[in-house]
Amino acid sequence: MEFALSEEQRLLQGSVGRYLEEMSTLDAVRETAEAEAPLSREIWKGMAELGVAGVLVPEEHGGLGLGVLEAALIAEMTGRCTAPLPFVGTAVMAPIALVGAGSDAQKATWLPQLASGEIIAGVAVAEVIGAREGAGVRFANGCLTGSSLFVIDGPAADIFIVSDVNKALYLVDGKAKGLARKKLTMIDLTRPVSELVFEDVEAELLPEGGPEIVDAMIDAGRIMLAADTLGAGDMMLEKAVDYAKERKQFGRVIGSFQAVKHLCAEMAAELEPCRSLVWYAAYAQGATLQDAALPDGRLMACHAKAHLSEVGRFVARTATEVHGGMGFTDLLGLHYWFKRIGLDRQLLGGPERVREEAARLQGWAA
Amino acid sequence: MDLAYSAAYEDFRKSVRRFVDKNSSNQPRRPGAGRPSSDQRRWQQLLIENGFAARTIPAEYGGYGGEPDILKSRIIAEEFTRASLPLGLANQGISMFVPTLLELGTEEQKKKWIETTLKGETVWCQGYSEPGSGSDLASLQTKATEDGDDFIINGQKIWTSTAATADMMFCLVRTEPDAPKHQGISYLIFSMDTPGIEVRPLKTMTGYAEFNEVFFTDVRVPKSQIVGERGQGWMVANATLKHERGMLGDPNQAGTRLSAIIEMMQDETVSGERLIDNPLFRDRLLQLQARVFAMQFHGMRLLTASVKGEDPGIARLIVKLMGCELNHQLAALAIDALGELGVLYGNSPHLRASGYWQRAYMFDLGLIIGGGTAQIQKNIISERGLGMPREPKAAKKQGAA
Repeated sequence: MEFALSEEQRLLQGSVGRYLEEMSTLDAVRETAEAEAPLSREIWKGMAELGVAGVLVPEEHGGLGLGVLEAALIAEMTGRCTAPLPFVGTAVMAPIALVGAGSDAQKATWLPQLASGEIIAGVAVAEVIGAREGAGVRFANGCLTGSSLFVIDGPAADIFIVSDVNKALYLVDGKAKGLARKKLTMIDLTRPVSELVFEDVEAELLPEGGPEIVDAMIDAGRIMLAADTLGAGDMMLEKAVDYAKERKQFGRVIGSFQAVKHLCAEMAAELEPCRSLVWYAAYAQGATLQDAALPDGRLMACHAKAHLSEVGRFVARTATEVHGGMGFTDLLGLHYWFKRIGLDRQLLGGPERVREEAARLQGWAA
Repeated sequence: MDLAYSAAYEDFRKSVRRFVDKNSSNQPRRPGAGRPSSDQRRWQQLLIENGFAARTIPAEYGGYGGEPDILKSRIIAEEFTRASLPLGLANQGISMFVPTLLELGTEEQKKKWIETTLKGETVWCQGYSEPGSGSDLASLQTKATEDGDDFIINGQKIWTSTAATADMMFCLVRTEPDAPKHQGISYLIFSMDTPGIEVRPLKTMTGYAEFNEVFFTDVRVPKSQIVGERGQGWMVANATLKHERGMLGDPNQAGTRLSAIIEMMQDETVSGERLIDNPLFRDRLLQLQARVFAMQFHGMRLLTASVKGEDPGIARLIVKLMGCELNHQLAALAIDALGELGVLYGNSPHLRASGYWQRAYMFDLGLIIGGGTAQIQKNIISERGLGMPREPKAAKKQGAA
């Protein structure tokens, strides 16, 4: 019985963290965000060299062949550094789709290119969770028709993995005829998403999997967003503590006022158990849980997403408040973390919706 | 991450399960904090003999004499909980005084007190808090003055649970009035039958007297009945407090409460609708379920850290604050979901769960305040965990004024 990261997992997380701290600096983030460049290809290339882009891609296809827990540890670091990277779609949800539902030929074609960082994959599944404005994609006569909103990693994508309204998965070329792509500007400029409109767009079915593959993609995606929030929240807390130790008012550092330091203690107290929750939820994906007393991976993906959304919101606003007026400025850049947490909360289902799913999974709701 | 137990531990689990199965039918009522019944003492003796209680206490002091093995302790707890069997006695004498004596007592004290305490024959109460010394415990004023070979104690203690039934008290008194406050305290032990001790029950908001006040008037205690050196009582007490904070905020209690609430919300109906079918109550239930899971996994993480001998740092400091608050929130949900039924009390008709949720909701507030208030916990988390500066000393400010 060991509830802890292995030495290899710590090393992996440490090396990704160090790389991102060096590359995804506030200046780099700001430059990417303000240039409205969809992402930093340079940093993504470096991440691919570390193996991160292929974390979930099997070794036979050029990846590291690791699990959702390792992916979550990386996601935590991307959140910590507000890294402008296509991690959740390209490195997590798309590989799960291809490995689970792709034919041998599809796997052999696309997985090595995902692992090497050569191509970026957008993921269109938002309508499976909740369709806004009548969006949704239907398949007929070899073609997709309809629309999909909030496509993860969409603006720079070379290919798309699309779920239709029946949870069948398709692969679509980013340059396919009849496909229109619009960038959606979100509060978080570090991970823009797209709207896709399909007018008889040629699409390849991923033939080997059923709806459970879409569920597995969404579960893993939710855990990545939770881990991203954990990393971003940790960083906001660290920044708040550092600021409170420096900033003086009334002749003393504000961190010596209990009104301020209790806010910091509350953030730490909320965040620490979150780390264990995210680890477990990620570990439970695909692990054979022998002990019946250990809770199910699907349920825990919901809980991790919903709970981190709530704690993330608390930390984002509280850490901003500890920074006083400075926290509210663009100059300090704290808002990149605030907005990152804000987007994490809503993507792939906000906490209220996700908790309803958790209720259904336990037979508590229809 | 590997949440399976190794084969050796699974074998150990089987042996625990055999004991549990064999004894599942004639166990005594779950012991409370007070004096154990003769059935409970017999059960305790059986548990010690089998290594399921007092497991790591040396056999020469009446324990089982096993090697410390946190995983085995956890397996024992899991299997007993699964079978709804009461674990061994967990009163203040066993959980706090015995570990303190093992660490800092003389050989004679260990021989004299540990075995009878483990067996439930000697019941202890803790004399720490005073009316004027709560969070600032080191300011305590109960004084012990020298008189030949004795100390004479005068003063008052409060929040003394089990004082009415206890045989003995471990008590902090001021023996060196001129020393700085942390260096003037001694840790004495004495019989509750000593002349000059008066115990008055302290009724709390729950309507029950879970605590007492204890008054000392010229109470004569031999100087030899001290644990540690004279003036070192604060250090001795901190050894004990460490054990107390480990007892509070246990995530397994939250898990048990959550299961009971889920069952209740599936059984109870209002206007024909099950409570769990109300989307607002269901959402609150799910929010708390996530927190219970998070605290349970957090507990497993801390457990692994202690097995490996690692310091979990800030992760350990948050347990009392978060665990006690979570228990309180769970009781609040149970009450709210039950509505008017949730505020029935005493022996009322229609009472649910013997009034457990109301009493727990109120008593939890005592636990949030006791053993270091939530605010003191936040000071500890921010100062020791996050390295934030302490409040400037009030005394300094007065000097400047």
